[in-house]
Amino acid sequence: MEALIFALAIPALGIVLLLLLGHSRLGGHLNSLLSGLSLLAAVLMARSVLANGAMTSPEGFFHVDAFNVYLIVLTAFVGLTTAIFSRPYMDHELERGRLNSARLRLYYASYQGFLFTMLLALASNNLGVLWVAMEGATLSTVLLVSLYRTPESIEAAWKYFILCGVGIAQALFGTVLLYFAASQVIPDPSKALLWSTLIAHAHQLEPATMSLAFGFLLVGYGTKVGLVPLHNWLPDAHSEGPTPISAVLSGLLLNVALYALVRMKMLTDGALAGHVSNPHIAGFLMMGFGLITFLVAGLFLHRQKDIKRLFSYSSIEHMGLMTFAFGMGVPLATFGALLHMAVHSLTKSAIFITVGHASQIAKTQRIDNIRGLIATQPAVGWGLLLGTAAIAGFPPFGVFTSEFLLLTATMQTWPWLTAALLVGLGIAFAGLFRAVQPMVYGNRPESAAPIHVNMWPVIVHLLLVLWLGLAIPGILAHWFDQATQLIAGQGVL
Amino acid sequence: MFFSQLALYEQAILALAAVVLLLTFLMLVHPRILSVIKLFAWQGLAVAATTALVAYDANAPHLYISALLTLLLKAFFIPWLLLRMVDRFDLHQELDSLSHPVLVLFGGIILVVFCYHTTLPVAAQLTAITHNVVAICMSVVLLGMVMLISRRKAVTQVVGFMALENGLFFAAVAVTEGMPMVVELGVAFDVLVAAIIFGIFFLHLRQSIDSLDTSRLSRLSERERD
Repeated sequence: MEALIFALAIPALGIVLLLLLGHSRLGGHLNSLLSGLSLLAAVLMARSVLANGAMTSPEGFFHVDAFNVYLIVLTAFVGLTTAIFSRPYMDHELERGRLNSARLRLYYASYQGFLFTMLLALASNNLGVLWVAMEGATLSTVLLVSLYRTPESIEAAWKYFILCGVGIAQALFGTVLLYFAASQVIPDPSKALLWSTLIAHAHQLEPATMSLAFGFLLVGYGTKVGLVPLHNWLPDAHSEGPTPISAVLSGLLLNVALYALVRMKMLTDGALAGHVSNPHIAGFLMMGFGLITFLVAGLFLHRQKDIKRLFSYSSIEHMGLMTFAFGMGVPLATFGALLHMAVHSLTKSAIFITVGHASQIAKTQRIDNIRGLIATQPAVGWGLLLGTAAIAGFPPFGVFTSEFLLLTATMQTWPWLTAALLVGLGIAFAGLFRAVQPMVYGNRPESAAPIHVNMWPVIVHLLLVLWLGLAIPGILAHWFDQATQLIAGQGVL
Repeated sequence: MFFSQLALYEQAILALAAVVLLLTFLMLVHPRILSVIKLFAWQGLAVAATTALVAYDANAPHLYISALLTLLLKAFFIPWLLLRMVDRFDLHQELDSLSHPVLVLFGGIILVVFCYHTTLPVAAQLTAITHNVVAICMSVVLLGMVMLISRRKAVTQVVGFMALENGLFFAAVAVTEGMPMVVELGVAFDVLVAAIIFGIFFLHLRQSIDSLDTSRLSRLSERERD
């Protein structure tokens, strides 16, 4: 438990430290160092959870079980690799004159602030604090989206702020209703929002209040997940902000929002079980929204002219698929969705890192003007090509494995929907490759020049995804299986 | 159950809830930016008063702290911040008229009816007062959203956003006698940071599009980039 406190305290301290630190060059190194320490603490925490099982802190403030332990490690890991990538990237942006050193300081402080809110949201036992942390994540990133101060970036940040703020406010209303339902059955009001208490009393919660609460929670956290039709903020915020922020927004924020949604679904399912005519309403809602999101985002991939918008639509598409899978609720689908959360966030952050380099090489984000990447700088070109192959679901990468599991589960429970999924995957595949193929192949354009890049984060991420595709390590499979037992009631192994 | 049969404090809560709803409707359609901000301050005051009332009746001392927080944040700090913006950008005579105020009002009324209908199953086992308050809180939240959609100026949109937060706060206090302290403090902190960031945004908007008219924010769309 001490390790968890450290994992949270380090980024919290980092906010202050990086704000006070005037020297901008040092900031990048310190940012990586702090993220590394945070990851170390998270790994130590995971080891003790592995040895002792789920744990709750004595005063009940934190709770770590099989579901959030791997997400905490994943968040800290992607936080570290993106921090390593962002130092030379931001230095390059500084040289190009797109920002000044005061804004760079704001960037590093906010980066640690974002990591802190993500880890707090994951580790908190209190569902109210989970909400506070999710709102904090918006607040800490909104000034990063407008970091370049262009009219477009300010528009994107305004949209992001208003849409996510309003969306997440619905989730607070849902939380109030949840607290209202809980206070009827849990006498101690200070415990009535604690996850560990709530899940034990889930079957006693009043079903009508819980379904209304879930409606609001779905809209609220669904906005953050990027579910259609609440997704409008996502491509704008991804395309106009600095690329490291796109990487962590796609790789981490969406996952944490989905995590919150799944926790709420578990409570709602518990409350509705056996009480009313339709006990699976929460799952059906998630399936519906997930499937629509998946299909609509796949179609939108074909219309994109901006490379970062392209991949942000791909994120929306994958979040839709995961929401759909969690909605189905059968063990196999849940297992697949948990795996998909991990491989998607690894692959997508790797892609955004390469995209960042690619747009620095071509000095533009317009797909039409990015050409011949392999000829210009093979590492970046191949990184983009392999990353896209991985995210499109090519074997032997991990995304293939998880999508295969999801398709199998769909075929067993909702055979007719398999066709929709297959069509959606095909559309998305075509949309991605139609854009990526001309960008990586072809001759080197006159204006493009190789830049200094650090491809290690990309290589490590893609190797991990490859490893997860070939053989999931025993520990991880064990965790996924335990998390599946928590969420779906029984395991698959 | 009749209004006069309720305990005195319940009558007061219901009356204040009605005042909050009325103020929300006024904010929804009032054309002058300055008046909208003042109405918002009154709404904050009503919410703070309710919180203090519930704190007194339920004998919950921690609610006095949230009442004080609401009073400071919603009735003083945020209106003061917005009024300072009005001074700075000279918006005293500025109007933000709706194109179809009657339509918006009727839409709002329909929303309130919808909220009463939606909360029926929740209220079935509960007292009449909770039913009214849940429905009114939900209405204020949704009306805040309508305000965000129908308004054009950044200042009035922020007021809509904060009115929505007021509705949430009101719900937390009136329905559940306040959330746990740590959550209340966290929410208040988030609102404070949000208010400051909004202030920063006004400056940026002014610099980049030379106006606080958010309908001019239309560069980012799928079509424009074709």
